[in-house]
Amino acid sequence: MDNTIQDSDIYTLSMHHRFQWEEAQNSYVILFPEGMVKLHGGAGEVIKRLDGKATVGDVVADLKATFPDAENIEKDIIGMFELALSKAWIRKA
Amino acid sequence: MTQASLGESVVQKTIHATQTQNNGVAASVTQTQPLWLLAEVTYRCPLHCAFCYNPTDYDKHTQNELTTEQWIQALRDARKLGAIQLGISGGEPLLRDDIEEIVVEARKLGYYSNLITSGVGLTEKRIQAFKEGGLDHIQLSMHDITEEINNFITNTKTFELKKKVAAMIKSHGYPMVLNVVIHRYNIGHMKEILEMADALGAEYIELANTQYYGWSLVNRSQLMPTKEQVEEAERITNEFREKSGSKMKIFFVVPDYFSDRPKKCMNGWGEVFMIVTANGDVLPCHSARVLPNMQFPNVKDTDLGWSWKDSPAFNKYRGDSWMKEPCRTCDEKEKDLGGCRCQTFLLTGDAEAADPVCSKSPHHHLIEQAILDSRNPAIAAQPIVFRNDKNSKRIIAGELKDRIGELHALP
Repeated sequence: MDNTIQDSDIYTLSMHHRFQWEEAQNSYVILFPEGMVKLHGGAGEVIKRLDGKATVGDVVADLKATFPDAENIEKDIIGMFELALSKAWIRKA
Repeated sequence: MTQASLGESVVQKTIHATQTQNNGVAASVTQTQPLWLLAEVTYRCPLHCAFCYNPTDYDKHTQNELTTEQWIQALRDARKLGAIQLGISGGEPLLRDDIEEIVVEARKLGYYSNLITSGVGLTEKRIQAFKEGGLDHIQLSMHDITEEINNFITNTKTFELKKKVAAMIKSHGYPMVLNVVIHRYNIGHMKEILEMADALGAEYIELANTQYYGWSLVNRSQLMPTKEQVEEAERITNEFREKSGSKMKIFFVVPDYFSDRPKKCMNGWGEVFMIVTANGDVLPCHSARVLPNMQFPNVKDTDLGWSWKDSPAFNKYRGDSWMKEPCRTCDEKEKDLGGCRCQTFLLTGDAEAADPVCSKSPHHHLIEQAILDSRNPAIAAQPIVFRNDKNSKRIIAGELKDRIGELHALP
């Protein structure tokens, strides 16, 4: 499987995974059978934008616009896509 | 209850995936949250599995189960404390007719919910209601690829039914999560079991080597495989992972009797795991009631927040300040927190000693003897004591002394 993240790719949460805000954790989490991943702020912001329509490029652009002071975030965002894909939290829409 | 290892394995899975979770349990004072709520809604069960970890005196707790309203209140209270993964278990939870209502409430509250079942009692109508109600997944116990072993170890004729239920779970779009408890009678079929799971379309399979609590402790000499068999099973599992090309996630839960360090039981006492039993007792682990001089809170008369945070029972073995030697000064104590309190007490009579699994424990010979006993043809040939109401009543009445006489509490 090609795991290179392309700008035009559209990703969505994997089947049987749920993404939600957890007040008690003060963070976003991904839930799946018998497990949970707590997402740091930035990671949560990426997953939050996966609506089945937004491309990777759209997500990068939107995050840059939302966090104009953050430097070099494109690399972090792509890194998060790569991690999420390698862990099978997300899949191609 | 169909899963011998749920406590350890599930918590570890939760934690391993949780890269940023603070699980620092080294200090005596910890910031804990009951991320996992296990609702053991009933101890009644149509299966009679020889390896069940439910208490052998469960028969005392079949007439005083919590009501639907009490369960819903417990779910709400636990959610406020941060509980997020919900296991609905037993016994066989489907023997209650209110699981549909519990599922709806769980979804409303934002739990990721899991029905842990033998499959007995799962019908098209019920699974439809679970799906509509928002149940997230179903974990089905499987026992073997052969009808003979399935029916023997569960002491029921359930082989065909399990295959039907597996198909039903799949056809309703649920992820297939299989749990197979491993013991002497099926450990030689590891490859075939994995192939069966793959053919059923399983997304996850847990190969849970029997841990010895409850009924499985009574039947320890009859169930324990040899160390060589366990190593071979692990080798086959690893080979399957590498070569089959299957996408199935496989969890192999290592049996602690054959390692020289104990497991970090429940990922620490009162750290991430909370159990509410059929009658409402609130426990930090499945078998905590075997421990002496402990008063566990009950949801019928105690606030769940107090139970978790402040009750003496939940604080008793939190962190490491309770430890004795050799644990107290051991440089590995943070790795396993001294192992399992229940196993330690059952086998040694001292709940604060080191888990006898540890080679540094002065009681380690008890584990070595248990392994020898399991290979002694005369002992291993004793009949299995199946988990059923009749045997539970006999154990409560003080019978079966030859099988449990050396233990320091009823398992």
